[in-house]
Amino acid sequence: MSRRLLKFLLPVVVGVLALLLWYYLHFAIVADNRFLLPRPDEILAAFTEHRTELLQAAANTAKGALWGFGLAVAVSFALALGLSLSPLVRVSFYPYLMILQMTPVIVFAPILVLWVGAGLKSVVVITFLICFFPLVVNTTQGLISTDRTLLELFRLYRASRWRELRLLRVPSALPYFFAGLRIAATLAPIGALVGDYTAGNSGNDGGGLGFLTLIYSSQAKYSALFATAAITCALGFIFVAGVVSLSWLALHRWHDSYERSDL
Amino acid sequence: MPDSPPLVEFKDVTKRYGPGPLVLDRISLEARTGDFISLIGPSGCGKSTLLRLIAGLSPVTSGSLRLGGPGSGAVAPELGFVFQEPALLPWLTVAKNVELAQRLAGRTAAQRTAAREQALARVGMSEHASYYPRQLSGGQKMRVSIARALTLSPEILLLDEPFGALDEMTRGRLNEELLALRGQQAWTAFFVTHSVAEAVFLSNRIVIMSAHPGRLHTEVPVDLPYPRTAETRLTPVYYELVATVSRLLRSVERAA
Repeated sequence: MSRRLLKFLLPVVVGVLALLLWYYLHFAIVADNRFLLPRPDEILAAFTEHRTELLQAAANTAKGALWGFGLAVAVSFALALGLSLSPLVRVSFYPYLMILQMTPVIVFAPILVLWVGAGLKSVVVITFLICFFPLVVNTTQGLISTDRTLLELFRLYRASRWRELRLLRVPSALPYFFAGLRIAATLAPIGALVGDYTAGNSGNDGGGLGFLTLIYSSQAKYSALFATAAITCALGFIFVAGVVSLSWLALHRWHDSYERSDL
Repeated sequence: MPDSPPLVEFKDVTKRYGPGPLVLDRISLEARTGDFISLIGPSGCGKSTLLRLIAGLSPVTSGSLRLGGPGSGAVAPELGFVFQEPALLPWLTVAKNVELAQRLAGRTAAQRTAAREQALARVGMSEHASYYPRQLSGGQKMRVSIARALTLSPEILLLDEPFGALDEMTRGRLNEELLALRGQQAWTAFFVTHSVAEAVFLSNRIVIMSAHPGRLHTEVPVDLPYPRTAETRLTPVYYELVATVSRLLRSVERAA
């Protein structure tokens, strides 16, 4: 069998086996408790039943995730530019950035609601806080990892700092930036869901997926709960796919990570 | 022109980096327009540092280093630098890489295009203008790097072991191409190398340096007429010079 066919078939085989295992586990449970592990077809049925509210909630969560993510990208880029200026700036700020990262955002969620109000705004802030750190760290690392010979080349031709930044440091930081972006993209929908779970429902847009999670678990609608998880998962995939495409557009022509074997 | 002022003049130049050991010790050296000077010596003799001083990438610690233009000497001469690595920006095409020096020097788009096309044609890379560096071989990358250095029509070209990483055949070919380029665009060259054969083939003056600290040891004039071709390497004079320089270099290395 050719390698290419194998590469296509093996993931399918693993997927089918996982499904079979799922069904097996479902039926292995005592009949009375089977509702705790709904079958894939039951989840699909629950999705069909609740599709209007699920899709509306997914749209709300996506909106919060996108705003938080976008804001994190913009602010982290500006901050990374500042941090890349000198090692002194970095040692002054890194410890506090670490503290910010270590602080469990969820603890502050109730207070955030009081600061910025429930609903979208809180979701955006929480998503922002969760996405922010990997972006700052990666982008800063990229901006300070510029090839020394290339920097000398720019100095030799008396390039201004602005040109050095625009023509050399920023482009050579792009692979690092996109690595951070990929991590942040997986975190954004989860961040938005967590934000929504704790502070999402402002009462006028029906809340997002996190809010539905609360409702479904309180109503013991476990199939619908699994459907919610599946949608969050799909949302994550869309985010990552978007970032992967952007990264491909920016890097595939020149970066070694996209080296084609036929070149 | 013995009366014209030297293009590059080192007078008792010493160099150390910060509180570190002495890298260059009382260097006095004059280069006249049209010189092709090879610097050769054991590692640690400061030959790369000498280039960096000329390029203004690092200041001299004491002594004086003067770069004079033709005549007045008031305007600093245009410099080109070819590094050990090709130092191409991987996200730019060959064409954009070649234009970079001019772009940083603030040339207009029209000027850039003209100089870029000329430089690429001279190094035989016109057909690769739209390629990215990763699609090129080591020798091709070096040609692009040289083309970039030539776009500003430098009076002084500094080359820091540019062909060290290339195979013998490619190196030999690029040596011949480099001399051909010099025939079209007269520049004065400082060429750092570890290869005696390369130094003899290219230069009219070979400066042998000793290490720790870096000092000028001996200068060997190369009385081989230009233009030199692959045939030059087969002449007895060439052989003798290679032997002479090798012997001197060995004595310097033994002393170290």
